[in-house]
Amino acid sequence: MTLNALTIAEARDLLRARKVTSVELTEACLSAIDGADALNAFVHKTPEIALTRARAADQRLAGGDAPAMCGIPVGLKDLFCTEGVASQAGSNILKGFVPQYESTVTAQLRDAGAVMLGKLNMDEFAMGSSNETSCYGNAVNPWKVDDRTLTPGGSSGGSAAAVAANLCLGATGTDTGGSIRQPAAFTGITGIKPTYGRCSRWGVVAFASSLDQAGPMTHTVRDAAIMLGAMAGHDPRDSTSADLAVPDFEAALTGDIRGKTIGIPREYRMDGMPAEIEKLWADGTAMLKDAGAKIADISLPHTQYALPAYYVIAPAEASSNLARYDGVRYGHRAALGKGDGITEMYEKTRAEGFGAEVQRRVMVGTYVLSAGFYDAYYNRARRVRALIKRDFDLAFAAGVDAILTPATPSAAFGLGEMADADPVAMYLNDVFTVTVNLAGLPGIALPTGLSAQGLPLGLQLIGQPWGEADLLNIAQVLETAAGFVSKPAKWW
Amino acid sequence: MSKIDIETARRVAKLARIRVPEQNLPQLANQLSGILSFMEQLNEVDVTGIEPMTSVTPMRLKRRVDGVTDGGMQAKILANAPDAREGFFAVPKVVE
Repeated sequence: MTLNALTIAEARDLLRARKVTSVELTEACLSAIDGADALNAFVHKTPEIALTRARAADQRLAGGDAPAMCGIPVGLKDLFCTEGVASQAGSNILKGFVPQYESTVTAQLRDAGAVMLGKLNMDEFAMGSSNETSCYGNAVNPWKVDDRTLTPGGSSGGSAAAVAANLCLGATGTDTGGSIRQPAAFTGITGIKPTYGRCSRWGVVAFASSLDQAGPMTHTVRDAAIMLGAMAGHDPRDSTSADLAVPDFEAALTGDIRGKTIGIPREYRMDGMPAEIEKLWADGTAMLKDAGAKIADISLPHTQYALPAYYVIAPAEASSNLARYDGVRYGHRAALGKGDGITEMYEKTRAEGFGAEVQRRVMVGTYVLSAGFYDAYYNRARRVRALIKRDFDLAFAAGVDAILTPATPSAAFGLGEMADADPVAMYLNDVFTVTVNLAGLPGIALPTGLSAQGLPLGLQLIGQPWGEADLLNIAQVLETAAGFVSKPAKWW
Repeated sequence: MSKIDIETARRVAKLARIRVPEQNLPQLANQLSGILSFMEQLNEVDVTGIEPMTSVTPMRLKRRVDGVTDGGMQAKILANAPDAREGFFAVPKVVE
């Protein structure tokens, strides 16, 4: 039995049956992590903390009342602030930053007994779709079909690579425009972005506050249900976190979706969509139909405007959120020349500390919020966002329970292949996922097939607000029908 | 809407408090123009009578008592400061 390759559900059952200890599980993961430096997934390793927590979890398990995540080794995206452990958001400007507090989501995982193995690679401030904007260098996809090294996707690329390579049983991710779902699809794992407000944003380094949500990245839908249950819940320290009870997501996995209506949005059939993506989508539709769901063609007419609206709103919010990195309270401060005042300090600090993509987005955001353009860009984008949400509201009001779409326009691409492309070309990776953030809905990506080259391909299911339980149940039916069992062959 | 020229790029960089070397301004202007022309698609949408979205979930922000709930952690607040002296953040001279 390879302990680090267990699912969370399997490990939980073995832990509770006292057939395996958390220390054994944790040691298996730590040794897998040490053997996987080529993937560059874990960027701050915390073996001592891991073993201390594993021993505590074993004691708690011996007591017989341990929660589901107790003793489960997990990795945490570098965007989550962790007390006493470096948290840099993949940036140079936060180099050396050691939070004096713990984010709510990771505190809940810790309190549930989960074991922190370390911090995971990501795009700088979660801005990127290939993990190539990270200050730590690229995270690498464990899937490999030729000489090329492939991107694990982004921004939660380290999380995706770590789970796919069995370095941890689950990982936290965050998703502002697709940053959980696109990397999950690129690495053949499952990732859910919950409804906006389901998980607290407190202590998660902010990118675009009206879009950011944390969620789990796991091997299976059941694992996503278990881990989401531990991450979710109301937090008085995040005024947008919803004061709603967290359902038992795992108990909702009944396997019965008879009578459910699955919408297939015609606007997601993009021009030039690869035939294998179209087939994946048609196959997924047939699987849900065979399981007793009703299939409905639906229209979400404002879909094509989601990306441009997103690339106004997200940079606008980012330019405001990232104003805090000024070299005063934390993080990098540039060395100053003679006579330099505070403005020079800000300008030099931010030029040295921010990478090219982050600088670009902060400046785009600054521009669209500047006097004379605020209405033309920012307010217009927020109006279009209202229309995008209304498209979904109307579909759900007409009886649709969930919506099935591709997760990404392609399989994982090679690292470096987009280096000379226009920034907008990279943004197109989010074309199927970004609508979900704009509308605040839950969305889950799961692997359902392989490309002709042998790389994983994923589908996305979009659910109703606060309907994660139902969404996970439908996703699990699709998972079972698709029977995706392929794993990357170990080369690292 | 206008294409971003070098002068506008310089002004945006100044507003964003990011120092951009003079020789990089043309490329920056070009990239910003590309991104903004991508956004121009939004002008095709009829938004008559549509309010700009402020909250994606229809929720009323919770109210709380305006009381002191936390504090007394000066050392923690200053722990990550690039320059902290005598219990304060230190910065270059702001006022002459």
